[in-house]
Amino acid sequence: MSNSELKRANRKTAIKLVLATTTMFFFGYALIPLYDVFCEVTGLNGKTGRLSSQEVSQMAPDESRLVEVEFVASVGADLPWKFYPLVAKISVVPGVETQVDFMVVNNAQYAVTGNAVPSVAPNEAAKYFSKTECFCFTKQSLKAGESRKMPVRFVVDPDIPRGVSLLTLGYTFFEALDTAGLYPPEHTYIN
Amino acid sequence: MSEAAAHDHHDAQSTGLMRWLTTTNHKDIGTLYLLFSLTMFFIGGSMAMVIRLELFQPGLQFVDPQFYNSMTTMHALIMIFGAVMPAWTGFANWMIPIMIGAPDMALPRLNNWSFWILPFAFLMLLSTLFMPGGAPAGGWTMYPPLVLQTGDAFPYLIFAIHFLGASSIAGAINVIATVFNMRAPGMTLMKLPLFVWTWIITAFLLIASIPVLAGAVTMLLTDKYFGTAFFSAAGGGDPVMFQHIFWFFGHPEVYILILPAFGIVSAIIPTFARKPLFGYSSMVYATGAIAFLSFIVWAHHMFTVGMPLAGELFFMYTTVLIAVPTGVKIFNWVATMWRGSMTFETPMLFALAFVVLFTIGGFSGLMLGVTPVDFQYHDTYFVVAHFHYVLVTGAVFALMAGTYFWLPKWTGHMYNETLGKWHFWLSTISVNVLFFPQHFLGLSGMPRRIPDYAVQFSDFNMVSSIGGFIYGASQILFVVVVVKCIRGGKKATDQVWEGAQGLEWTLPSPPPLHSFTEAPDPSSITGGNR
Repeated sequence: MSNSELKRANRKTAIKLVLATTTMFFFGYALIPLYDVFCEVTGLNGKTGRLSSQEVSQMAPDESRLVEVEFVASVGADLPWKFYPLVAKISVVPGVETQVDFMVVNNAQYAVTGNAVPSVAPNEAAKYFSKTECFCFTKQSLKAGESRKMPVRFVVDPDIPRGVSLLTLGYTFFEALDTAGLYPPEHTYIN
Repeated sequence: MSEAAAHDHHDAQSTGLMRWLTTTNHKDIGTLYLLFSLTMFFIGGSMAMVIRLELFQPGLQFVDPQFYNSMTTMHALIMIFGAVMPAWTGFANWMIPIMIGAPDMALPRLNNWSFWILPFAFLMLLSTLFMPGGAPAGGWTMYPPLVLQTGDAFPYLIFAIHFLGASSIAGAINVIATVFNMRAPGMTLMKLPLFVWTWIITAFLLIASIPVLAGAVTMLLTDKYFGTAFFSAAGGGDPVMFQHIFWFFGHPEVYILILPAFGIVSAIIPTFARKPLFGYSSMVYATGAIAFLSFIVWAHHMFTVGMPLAGELFFMYTTVLIAVPTGVKIFNWVATMWRGSMTFETPMLFALAFVVLFTIGGFSGLMLGVTPVDFQYHDTYFVVAHFHYVLVTGAVFALMAGTYFWLPKWTGHMYNETLGKWHFWLSTISVNVLFFPQHFLGLSGMPRRIPDYAVQFSDFNMVSSIGGFIYGASQILFVVVVVKCIRGGKKATDQVWEGAQGLEWTLPSPPPLHSFTEAPDPSSITGGNR
């Protein structure tokens, strides 16, 4: 190989490899939507589905069994809220829409916006659990000292495996990111 | 080195410091990489000494927990990115051109850059030790949300990693371009020494995995300062997602650290057994298989995050499958020695210790790869014992072996064999005193990254610390050997070792600054034997 041919070959190899490097950088970012698609398809990672009431009415309820659903509520570290379910546990017929209520109280002396993130355990059951209405679909703003009853309507799919007789629905309220950090952390709270 | 440069009149454009700053010569750059990595080995090593000192007894003695955690974090980052990775690039720079009959690396200016990025990157990383909030202390794996609590050091950590990544990607591009375009006529791919083969595969691993790490740490940076929520549950993100992305880089990374070691051991064992390497082509394919598998096993680092059963099984099976190509390599090395005329000079001793001790690390890796038992071992000292067996008695021992093996070629002098043997035996005994008891500590439940521990762990920790201090001190002996060898000693022959084969041994010791400006005679190229 002559000197100039070699230079050209080296340059070509280098350009190809830089392109490969760039592609892999963006592949790192692409992993996030890819994982999301993967979780949605498989129902892993405790992510739950969302259905309309109409779709639920077309389900054939399985009256022969009951599934217990437990409720857990927690609050992220920086959010001055109190948050709890009004019923701890309920038995439902798969395929029948059920409503439960959660209570949230803003203990701060200022308005705060929060975001509720749901999770269902065990993972395998998450894809059989769907909500038709939930306070987690939108951000929730509470004025200073305000309390609010928040409903969740959900349905357990009749196809849920026989082995699953207990589900846990958990919510964690986080301060909405766009408002987080606007208040000094030493702000006094109403007890 | 400077003497060799003075003799070389056709490359006399700069001398002194400027020569090293502006050099585009692969041998000079190789030397810079190796000296830099030796320096980092001692900085990272002194942090390990702080860790072992604090763990000598239960209770908090010498450092506060935050600083202790900085020590474990910085020790890992410095040893991985500062000691082992640059050392391999140094070996690649020095050896690959003279192994394949090329005059230099393909992209010499890029080569100069990729080295000189490193000192600045580590200046940034080490400066965090003096910053408000202290150095990064959330572990080298940088899991959010903990890592986001790092103080002023945080952006320095992220940008240091960007720079280190850029440096090693540039090095990888250079290696691939050199091997693909600049092999001497007659040096076919299946005649390449295995060190070159393992380095090409390492280079592809670097190019495929380091950019993913760059992406992951950039996401951390934007999560902390620019309001994104990749890993923040509050904004709809997921902290476990970071672990998936990180280990998508992290597992190939551990093979980046070890594959060139396989290449070096494959060069040393045939030399001192005076037999061609057993199963050359199976070694090439086994390396390729390991590299491929390294991309589909990442979640075995996170069995306990709450993965579904199907995931646990998939990652367990693929992980355990890696034992097959790795076993092929171990058996090939043993078969190479079978009925060989073996002698036991220092490089051979280190290579043999590598085979035995790396295999121990491989077996504890198998144990960790089995999901149900990993639930017990996860985040305990068993993991610490495992990865130090594969990285210290694996990668670092291979680096030592390779240094003793080629030091006469680099300097033109034989090193002091007696001191070399002392270094070997002190290191090998003490490193086992240091890490073997950590298996027991882990199995009985001592967690990693904790400065204090329950009193029942006292005895093994004390033993481990004593081993650690001896191992650390023994490495000073290594510096003595290297410095003595650079300054003088018995003149080395061209071939250096009786059983040595390959192009680099046809050059004088030390080789002139520019070698193989004319391609070597194709009939002198034999391959497939190391």
